[in-house]
Amino acid sequence: MKVLIPGPLRPYTKKRLVEAEGATLAELVADLDRRFPGIRFRMIDEQDRMRRHIRFFVNGEQEFALDRALAPADSVVIVQALSGG
Amino acid sequence: MARAKRKPGGGARKGARTALLVATRKGAWIFRGDAARKVWKAEGPHFLGHIVNHLVLDPRDGRTLLAAAKTGHLGPTVFRSTDLGRTWKEAAKPPAFAKAPPGGSEGAKGRSVDHTFWLTPAHANEPGVWYAGTSPQGLFRSEDGGVTWAPFSAINDDPTYREWMGTVQDGTPDGPKLHSIIVDPRDPRHLYFGMSGGGVHETTDGGRTWTPLLKGLEVVEGFDKSTPTFHDPHCIRMCPGNPDRLYQQNHCGIYRIDRPSDAWVRVGAAMPKKVGDIGFPMVLHPSDPDAAWVFPMDGSTVWPRVSVGGVPCAYVTRDAGKSWRRLDAGLPRAQAWWTVKRQAMTADRGSPVGLYLGTTQGELWAGANEGARWACIARHLPEIYAVEAAEPG
Repeated sequence: MKVLIPGPLRPYTKKRLVEAEGATLAELVADLDRRFPGIRFRMIDEQDRMRRHIRFFVNGEQEFALDRALAPADSVVIVQALSGG
Repeated sequence: MARAKRKPGGGARKGARTALLVATRKGAWIFRGDAARKVWKAEGPHFLGHIVNHLVLDPRDGRTLLAAAKTGHLGPTVFRSTDLGRTWKEAAKPPAFAKAPPGGSEGAKGRSVDHTFWLTPAHANEPGVWYAGTSPQGLFRSEDGGVTWAPFSAINDDPTYREWMGTVQDGTPDGPKLHSIIVDPRDPRHLYFGMSGGGVHETTDGGRTWTPLLKGLEVVEGFDKSTPTFHDPHCIRMCPGNPDRLYQQNHCGIYRIDRPSDAWVRVGAAMPKKVGDIGFPMVLHPSDPDAAWVFPMDGSTVWPRVSVGGVPCAYVTRDAGKSWRRLDAGLPRAQAWWTVKRQAMTADRGSPVGLYLGTTQGELWAGANEGARWACIARHLPEIYAVEAAEPG
């Protein structure tokens, strides 16, 4: 499925829209990390919590659970939340 | 303890030129000095927009740089260069706490590293080994030059240490930190570190066991000084010229200890009363264990943490803290409300020694001739977090 990558993570992907696979958000993030090593830890901490200023949207809805199921046709958008100056 | 023989201290390598490694809230810079240490050429920014807490050169190879970085949005990482900053690669496994078992109590919930705050190359006989201190307090070690990191010793998850680390409220405004990781040049198993809050700790068995080293240190009035949580060592340094002597700039004064004594002595008591002995950095002479510098700040009332009276100055001792002398030639005479953070003042190994400091207002200053005369090297940088003087190979 298509994943929109926010600006701060594009040094990993080199492009804004990438392909990744996964039956859940967690699997999708793991696949992103296989394709773009290191990208997961910048978004998800060592306790498997989404980092404070990273947001995931699936089909336009914000998701907070990494076990959220995904379908191949879903669109995933990763967003940088406001984090101050 | 068994200690390898190794000559402590020593001056700069012949022909070596000083480079200043400047870590800021918005990236890192390298300032390369000429032979006279008068003209400085800026290289950078590296990692523009990243919060860089520490940039350190490996003195064992003179080429490997590690940078502790994060951004406002992204989690923490470590970048590594083996060509003095021309190219960088991210650590494959940055410092991270162990994952907590599921279903733990609130107190047993796993922690996550907010940022790596401090980097220390390990012993000269352990090439490629580094230590890292994090916020919240954690101690990590890499054995492959900073590519992969693992928790070091048991303290990160030890119940007693976790209690001593306290809560976020017991730490600095930017989060509680583990810092001042010090390796005895005579023995790689003999280490110290500091925690803000959490006190000073020592191991002589390579991190298997640690002992608090708190005797003689003050805490804020009303707190119990026997509890490590309430101790706040801002910066601890070991004398290169005598590894049995350490100095520290603490939240509650300037101290010296001469091992094997386990008691710190408040040498800041000899500072002028109007200036006080509060500050962040502690800088030591590369070979003279009686010489040290501090940069006082206002720790009165609500703790403004700026230059006392808006007049920045360093102070030097040449007699191990019995007396202190003001060094402010060339520094602003009024209305300069600086803070110099704990990693943002350092000394090179030249003769005479050069001092360097970075300010929260983004100015980089050099104190030539051991601080006798100060000159501004750079203005308009972002807030400076750390300055290291290095000798690239």
